[in-house]
Amino acid sequence: MESKRLLRAYNSCPVGLRDIPLVSISEFRETLIRNVAQGARLAALFGRPHEPNTLRVLAVLARGSEGTLFIVETEVSDCYPALTVDCPQAHWFEREVAEQWGVRPEGHPWLKPIRFHHSYRLGRDAWARAATEVIQPSMTDFFQMAGEEVHEVAVGPVHAGIIEPGHFRFQCHGENVYHLEISLGYQHRGVERAMIGGPNHRSAHYMETLAGDTSIGHMTAYCQAMEALTGYTVPGRAHVLRAVALELERLANHTGDIGALAGDVGYLPTAAHCGRLRGDFLNLTALLCGNRFGRGFVRPGGVVFDLDTNQAGILLDRIGRIYQNVTTAVDLLWKTPSVVARFEKTGRLPRETCEELGLVGPAARACGIERDVRYEFPSGTYTLSHIPVATGETGDVFARAYVRWLEIQRSVAFIQEQLEMLPCGPIRVGTGDLPPERLVVSLVEGWRGEICHVALTDAQGHFAHYKVVDPSFHNWMGLAMALRDQQISDFPLCNKSFNLSYCGHDL
Amino acid sequence: MNTAGSVSWFLALLLAPLLLGIINRTKAFFAGRQGAPLVQAYFDCWKLLQKGAVYSRTTTWVFVSGPVAGLAAVLAAAALVPLGGIGAPVSFAGDLILFAYLLGLMRFLTVLAALDTGSSFEGMGASREVWFSALAEPALLLGLAVLARETKSLSLSGMIFALTGEVWTRSGIILLLLAVALFIVLLAENARIPVDDPNTHLELTMIHEVMVLDHSGPDFGFILYGAALKLWVLSALLVGVVVPVRTGNPWLDGAAVLAGIMAVAVLVGIVESCMARLRLFRVPQLLVGAGAFSTLALILALR
Repeated sequence: MESKRLLRAYNSCPVGLRDIPLVSISEFRETLIRNVAQGARLAALFGRPHEPNTLRVLAVLARGSEGTLFIVETEVSDCYPALTVDCPQAHWFEREVAEQWGVRPEGHPWLKPIRFHHSYRLGRDAWARAATEVIQPSMTDFFQMAGEEVHEVAVGPVHAGIIEPGHFRFQCHGENVYHLEISLGYQHRGVERAMIGGPNHRSAHYMETLAGDTSIGHMTAYCQAMEALTGYTVPGRAHVLRAVALELERLANHTGDIGALAGDVGYLPTAAHCGRLRGDFLNLTALLCGNRFGRGFVRPGGVVFDLDTNQAGILLDRIGRIYQNVTTAVDLLWKTPSVVARFEKTGRLPRETCEELGLVGPAARACGIERDVRYEFPSGTYTLSHIPVATGETGDVFARAYVRWLEIQRSVAFIQEQLEMLPCGPIRVGTGDLPPERLVVSLVEGWRGEICHVALTDAQGHFAHYKVVDPSFHNWMGLAMALRDQQISDFPLCNKSFNLSYCGHDL
Repeated sequence: MNTAGSVSWFLALLLAPLLLGIINRTKAFFAGRQGAPLVQAYFDCWKLLQKGAVYSRTTTWVFVSGPVAGLAAVLAAAALVPLGGIGAPVSFAGDLILFAYLLGLMRFLTVLAALDTGSSFEGMGASREVWFSALAEPALLLGLAVLARETKSLSLSGMIFALTGEVWTRSGIILLLLAVALFIVLLAENARIPVDDPNTHLELTMIHEVMVLDHSGPDFGFILYGAALKLWVLSALLVGVVVPVRTGNPWLDGAAVLAGIMAVAVLVGIVESCMARLRLFRVPQLLVGAGAFSTLALILALR
């Protein structure tokens, strides 16, 4: 599959901007479509302005079996033939490019805004909207079904629970869902744009609050990118502490998710106990750094707080006890037939659909795909100690719940193993200025799946462009597909089994 | 109307909201929590009565009258149900049919009020409610027919009064089948797990709750109180069947039935703590199952 017109790269290994091959749009399309058909996955696809009238579209392909990334670029002006028609993974990315830069992918079957903001380039708009026009989220034409007995249900953006805002439009026949369209963008705040010209004292805070439940994940991805660009080597002890924090984040969220899934089917004991145990895991993160969500712990060059032997002992002791409680609470779930009956065959996503859409994280692994950054593109301490990839088979709510449970077991074992042999040494080194005209792709397996950050520097060594692909960006479409031909009353359960981020998507 | 009967009616009015508190306390116990006060439902009703109500411009008098008329229907139904040996204030031959259809009327009015809002959520809830109650109703009516046959009486008070321990020894299996059917009907009619989840906040999965989403203030207070009363009358009916304490001493009989009703509430709480809610399209199977129990009981009774 190796093509001369693709630049080979690795996770957190910078490349020169000038080394990225610039190909024609037809070759670009052909390369991406062929590689994706051969098993590569589109990790990122984004536009960056080049000259006033041209836009460069850069693609990062991830080939998990080899642990390699491939980068290629093309130039487009006003419009280009859409990729989505032949490569559904590009669907959401192309809508993003169209919205941000006013470039029209011709033939895109579902060309609508995804975040509902004005184009970044004055005077260009993919939908020919005036610059003065007020754009409001979800103000778009939704797909509709015609027919006497068909009805439409609109849910959100204000929901009954304390969750983030998003709009869901169902086309139903009785209780059956034919089509679900998801419209987000309510939390768009311009994080990527705010990073340009950095790094500065704000950058780290933008990254840590990008998605509130993935502070460690996104911050680690950012730091990896910074360290790779500057070429500093992070001490081993810091790598291990970062991995411990990342796994603690996974433990807290997976435990909370399993509890919430139990709550959604009305199964009280697990819901109540997992809700409490999630807090216990968060408190372990607080033991590391004083903040339950790990804010202020990871910084470029290492970590800010050390873990002394005494604290490590406390952490080990507490994690063992919490894990025992989680085991009791979760085992109850699998032993209750009414719960298992409710989870099985609900929101089933076929493996083929999952592969076509390029889903990531537990949602992909529940379909039997071995896709895990810690295994495919390891960085930091994961290059030395591996965590077995947890997969399911059925792709339904049960599989997504069970994969989480398997990951809880393996993360606990990983943390225990790492803390037993915590390397000595410093926890942080200083980092210097960024080199000019470089690009780095940084991948981290957050609890929701692959977090991809792409940083590009300009001639002065500042961020010329900063691209964040939250796992939710890949997976929202998976939720929409999982609902097809399902009961509308099962939507909340399916939604919870994916548990995607709204703010991580909206950026 | 008799004095003892009036007492049973007033006891129902007074104690009905307590059942919600008992269920919630039971659930809290299983979840390892302390739980809300036993009298929380009283506080809620009192709070709601003092609030103003908000009416959507798309609704009509149907929406406004739904909760009041629904409460009136269940108050009337409560007047027909005896507390074990203590007869009901109103009783006549054939009142069991009136009882079943007063509950039906209450549901009908709630459904009308829900449809009146024009909201897609409420329409969905109304459709589910009607679908499931159409399946629960045969189970209830056939069950009452079994009682009528076994006790040779056509009024609820007469039936329950005649249901002594002697009837249990004679045809225990019939009454057991009947009790199971009635308990399933009780869970379905009162929107409890495994049919509906009264605690959920997820509109798309709700049945009863989603129909009353648009009601507020006193109207919602009436609905809450009406729901508690409905739980009470169905529990009283069930306990009338399964607790055959008919000593003739009103204090003793009354205490036995009251304890039974509280036990039903605890049982509902235990069911809700031990199992998940059924998938929506599995609910009809459960209700048809209840109907099958009633039918079997009837066949055995007619044998």
